[in-house]
Amino acid sequence: MRNTFKTALLAAALLTGSGSAMAEENFFLWLVNFTRQKEVQPVDNKAWNEECGSCHLAYQPGLLPGKSWAKLLDEKALADHFGEDASLDDDTLKALRVYALENAADKSWHKRSRKIAQATADGEAPLRIVEVRYIKRKHHDITEKMIKGNKDVKSLSYCNTCHTKAEEGIYDEDTVDIPNFGGHDYD
Amino acid sequence: MKLQKIVMTACMLLATSAAMATPATDGLFSRYKAQGAAGFDAARGDKAWHKETQGEDGQTMSCSTCHGKDLGKEGKHHKTGKVIAPMAPSVNKDRFTDAKKIEKWFKRNCNDVLARECTAQEKGDYLKFLLDK
Repeated sequence: MRNTFKTALLAAALLTGSGSAMAEENFFLWLVNFTRQKEVQPVDNKAWNEECGSCHLAYQPGLLPGKSWAKLLDEKALADHFGEDASLDDDTLKALRVYALENAADKSWHKRSRKIAQATADGEAPLRIVEVRYIKRKHHDITEKMIKGNKDVKSLSYCNTCHTKAEEGIYDEDTVDIPNFGGHDYD
Repeated sequence: MKLQKIVMTACMLLATSAAMATPATDGLFSRYKAQGAAGFDAARGDKAWHKETQGEDGQTMSCSTCHGKDLGKEGKHHKTGKVIAPMAPSVNKDRFTDAKKIEKWFKRNCNDVLARECTAQEKGDYLKFLLDK
């Protein structure tokens, strides 16, 4: 009897969860798909790739929660984007903002984005992806000499320097190659 | 025979003049003039392009900091390391074909290197200098 109750509860929870899952795609498609949802949703927006990608990796919207993108993709904020002027015309900015907010970590069902969403649910919106608690924890064993002291890396912010499939939204350990250090069993 | 030579020369002249301007830059030159700029000068653009200004951390910077010394080759963003396609239209046919893009980067890069927006005169001089490359 107790087990039946638990199953019913679980089913109810799944069903109520489906509403927000629709934001990404059909919930039932998501439910039966075990491969596509592990990482971060790849960028599927031409303007995003062009505008963000002309200066740095076009970081996937699923790497930060919506509240972070809302702060970053603002006219005033972009005029001083980590020390650089990254101003955009109004129409482009509006379109990119919509894209970011619709695909932000807290709207995504991709596993890595879910973790980022959880890690940033409370408190201030991080402006840098490397400030996200989950991302920090994942890099705790990466020493200074591999990043700052490594002339071919310089900063943790340049994901694609070591994450060879970052552009496809894939960040798992097996795809890591740290310049001058190698794969993930570098120590 | 003589006619052929004349035609050939005419074609070559046309080809060189075509490489030195695009419909996009023609439009920009007249816009800059309407904004008060007088004639444009490649030599002045050259000088301004290479002028060193005070950057961050006590280092100086100029346009070459990111675009590189040889405009026919790729440049590299000084912070992110992102590759910047060559500026010279002689090797990069896509350069200076989109007025909106040119204006976007003038705004950003003038602010980053000079800490202010460029005047119409300055932008025209830069363009004149770059179109010859």
